[in-house]
Amino acid sequence: MEHLLQELTVFILAIFVGYYVIWSVTPALHSPLMSVTNAISSVIIVGALIAVGPALFGISKIMGFIAVILAAVNIFGGFIVTQRMLQMFKKKKK
Amino acid sequence: MENYSILAYLISGIFFILALRGLSSPETARRGNIYGISGMIIAIITTLFLPGIESYALIAVGILIGGTIGASIALKIQMTALPQLIAAFHSLVGLAAVMVAGAAFHNPSAYGIGDPGSIPVVSLIEMSLGSAIGAITFSGSVIAFGKLQGIMSGNPITFKFQHFLNAILGITLISIVVLFCLEQTQNFFWGLTILAFIIGFLIIIPIGAADMPVVVSMLNSYSGWAACGIGFTLSNNLLIITGALVGSSGAILSYIMCKGMNRSFISVILGGFGGDDVAAKTDKEAEQRPVKSGDANDAAFMMQNAESVVIVPGYGMAVAQAQHALKEMCDILKKKKVNIRYAIHPVAGRMPGHMNVLLAEANVPYDEVLELEAINRDFASTDVVFVIGANDITNPAAKTDPQSPIYGMPILEVENAKSVLFSKRSLGAGYAGVENELFFRDNTMMLFGDAKEMCESIINALGK
Repeated sequence: MEHLLQELTVFILAIFVGYYVIWSVTPALHSPLMSVTNAISSVIIVGALIAVGPALFGISKIMGFIAVILAAVNIFGGFIVTQRMLQMFKKKKK
Repeated sequence: MENYSILAYLISGIFFILALRGLSSPETARRGNIYGISGMIIAIITTLFLPGIESYALIAVGILIGGTIGASIALKIQMTALPQLIAAFHSLVGLAAVMVAGAAFHNPSAYGIGDPGSIPVVSLIEMSLGSAIGAITFSGSVIAFGKLQGIMSGNPITFKFQHFLNAILGITLISIVVLFCLEQTQNFFWGLTILAFIIGFLIIIPIGAADMPVVVSMLNSYSGWAACGIGFTLSNNLLIITGALVGSSGAILSYIMCKGMNRSFISVILGGFGGDDVAAKTDKEAEQRPVKSGDANDAAFMMQNAESVVIVPGYGMAVAQAQHALKEMCDILKKKKVNIRYAIHPVAGRMPGHMNVLLAEANVPYDEVLELEAINRDFASTDVVFVIGANDITNPAAKTDPQSPIYGMPILEVENAKSVLFSKRSLGAGYAGVENELFFRDNTMMLFGDAKEMCESIINALGK
């Protein structure tokens, strides 16, 4: 129970951080915001790695392996497409 | 968990916050992305050093396969296809969450949450939440992808007792979660996951294509909450922090999109807005009223003699891929000393910020691109407004006609400009099925045809 309360504390504080950080994002960059949040939510790969990790073979390992692939698609895809978008935003040439 | 890994995950979480913070301005955004990548690398390496992780070869293969697929898609994708790409990516996060929840259920000891058959109830609830939200994100995003990609009709699909059915399924889902917590058998776990897949499918089909900015942001939010659910299951603060950041980001974007359409989140979710029936009816009525239509030469003449021109792009510009031709047209006008600016409505396009990315792709400097609040007052002193592929977001009925379905929606007040040019394929109504009063005004000229061809013809006309 104590564990859950600690996690809940982190969760609620992170929502507040998210709230203030996201409101300061300029509307022009809302598309890159979506793709970068997409990339970072693939941090779920951490859970997948723990499932693939053990030497023992089993259904859990297979599911973990699939999850690693899916998350990796997103991590690479998400960050690259964000980078591509951000490269295009240029200021007026003086 | 070792202390060093908790600290490393904390650093990774801070990097993710900095990545989002960087997006407050285009100048700091690229650095922000680097922070994001660093955070991810730290998270992965830290996990690889955890005790119990041994199958490095298999992990490397997985990352290599996924990375290659992801990188090659991201490098090739056309910017006009971004909304469906994002939807597809969301679906993967959802499915990955389901897989991780399933892995945790089948091998709980690897995650330190007991042994099969004796997983604590708290972990079971967290696991069901992670899996169910993941499944809804997955199937919902697949439908959103299908609608955006044009594989399935973008019109809302509604049927009788739809909401009733959804409610029944929702209650069933909760019951299965309760049973799963009591019995913790495999059947209940997969039962609740499959049911969540079906619910995800059902909640997105009634939502029309033009509500996609809300749907895409909503799914973005779900993918975050799914990561959170997994974070709680694994007692991993990094996943909880990241999930909460992404979840609130998507929720705020959904809120901004809803506000941009003056619609409540609930009414978007309930769906069934607009569609063919209404649009077809108003089409016929519209054709009977006289409009002034012109050709590229007229448009070129008006614009090159104007002092200031404001461009209002909409989804039609994305469909016609007209952004490059438009930019070329504007460059010629700029050489003729015409002041050019762009006005972006929050819900123009199919995802938040869609128009900004397309204009940036065509090398339009971002300081010429203005948001609704920043430009609305200036329309009164603008000579020509060039509306390209947009409709509802300029419709004055939103301010004047309380009967209109779009009443109350903030609009770009282009009607205040001296003259308005509409580049449109036909006189059809917008997605809301509302006729645009502006088409019939004296100072409006319709330019019928494909947006890209129209821009190209105007370029030719300007060259003469």
